[in-house]
Amino acid sequence: MQKYSIFNLVKNAFSNHQNWDLAWKDPTPKEEYDVVIIGGGGHGLATAYYLAKEHNITKVAIIEKGWIGGGNVGRNTTIIRSNYMHDENGLFSEFGMDLWRRMSQDLNYNVMFSPRGIINLAHSDAQMNAYARRGNSMRLNGIDAVLLNRQQVKEIIPMADFSDNVRFPIFGGLMQPSAGTARHDAVAWGYARQADSMGVDIIQNCEVIGFDVSAGKINGIRTSRGNIKAKKVGLCVAGSTNILAEKLNMTLPIETHLLQACVSEPVKPVLDNVVTFGAGHFYVSQSDKGEMVMGGDLDGYNSYAQRGNLPTLQHVLTEGIAMMPFLSKLKMLRTWGGIMDMSMDGSPIIDKTHIEGLYLNCGWCYGGFKATPASGWTFAHTIAQDRVHELNAGYSLNRFSTGHLIDEKGLGTKTWIS
Amino acid sequence: MLYINCPHCGMRSQNEFSYGGDASVKRPELNKEVSDQEWDDFVYNRKSLRGKHLELWQHISGCRQWIKVERDTATHEIFRTFKADEEVA
Repeated sequence: MQKYSIFNLVKNAFSNHQNWDLAWKDPTPKEEYDVVIIGGGGHGLATAYYLAKEHNITKVAIIEKGWIGGGNVGRNTTIIRSNYMHDENGLFSEFGMDLWRRMSQDLNYNVMFSPRGIINLAHSDAQMNAYARRGNSMRLNGIDAVLLNRQQVKEIIPMADFSDNVRFPIFGGLMQPSAGTARHDAVAWGYARQADSMGVDIIQNCEVIGFDVSAGKINGIRTSRGNIKAKKVGLCVAGSTNILAEKLNMTLPIETHLLQACVSEPVKPVLDNVVTFGAGHFYVSQSDKGEMVMGGDLDGYNSYAQRGNLPTLQHVLTEGIAMMPFLSKLKMLRTWGGIMDMSMDGSPIIDKTHIEGLYLNCGWCYGGFKATPASGWTFAHTIAQDRVHELNAGYSLNRFSTGHLIDEKGLGTKTWIS
Repeated sequence: MLYINCPHCGMRSQNEFSYGGDASVKRPELNKEVSDQEWDDFVYNRKSLRGKHLELWQHISGCRQWIKVERDTATHEIFRTFKADEEVA
């Protein structure tokens, strides 16, 4: 594989950049693989990469119905953070933060990781207390957290509404300075390029039609491009999890919902951090191009539409304008939607299943993008070793029946509860 | 914007309704022994398929009645609506 470097950039300039290698190949499916990963999104590509890199398993195929990176890894608001209170989420995400910090070097691909900090605004004394508690829990887990008072927030985000006559005055906020954003497409492409170079077959435009299961063991999959035998199969299909689960006669604690995001026209730099509104569900950051990148609530009903509905967008942006009134002056450039695998407690599932050789990675709710490296790393471990790693031990499938839910925010499918 | 035909009030906009999830889920019979698996299926496990989906909505800013709506989860087309206690054939 050609290394991406300033030297190679200059060298290829002499041939008008016509002679670069393809970043990944377009192989035809082989008859058999050691591991088949279904889903060529961020998590699937990362899983294949860590299977090859950490576990030396390279007879791997990624099966993708559309094109890689065309789902949620290309549809999110690119936020990376580990500001969780519970140990399961905090330690898992902080492990991911380490991988994020090294990712560009590790993948030889500039993912434009920008640790610009995330600030969760608080709008009451009670919320300040809750943030102090969460911040302390984070620090006990080695995650950086700073509690900001109103004045400190005002210095960092002068564009927020600090006038006296507002419904939700800003009391302060909880900041994780090491959180940030990254270029989402580059994450998918970087993992794909490295996985491909280590021998992983990335098979696009290939739909999974069914599974070959006998005597409680998986033997392979049936696809639109023929049958593929596999010793192990990993599901990494986010919003399509329920569709594949039905083919396996499994019913999961997952519902598929639609989450929208939008960007404004580009403006000059006004916002250095990622900011979330504490009295509702709204988050915003400014992209390197200057667009305000915004998102918020689910549309609220089961959906596979990959496109949004206006009432939710209006609701979300009303919160945005309450927080930063200048947003009302901006024109909207694009809105889009992605279909989310919403788990019932708002936390993900990375686990084995009752079928031998079948592994499940789903339930990412609002936070799939930032989990990409940690999810891939732990899922690869779970598949390669046939046992969960301690980092994803809490993300078990049976926690719903045993009562070991991870109620980080209680924000699962039932958004109206919170 | 969805338009939902409330069986009590007629056609109203989505803004008047709140969503209540899968309407095909049945609460286990309480006068017999209920297994953990049955509770698990009732409380957490959902099919959530692409296509026709029978679901509960509440006409929260209208008559406040719960209703059943048959909707396509991919196209958002609404086929039929029912009163909460109506049997769906």
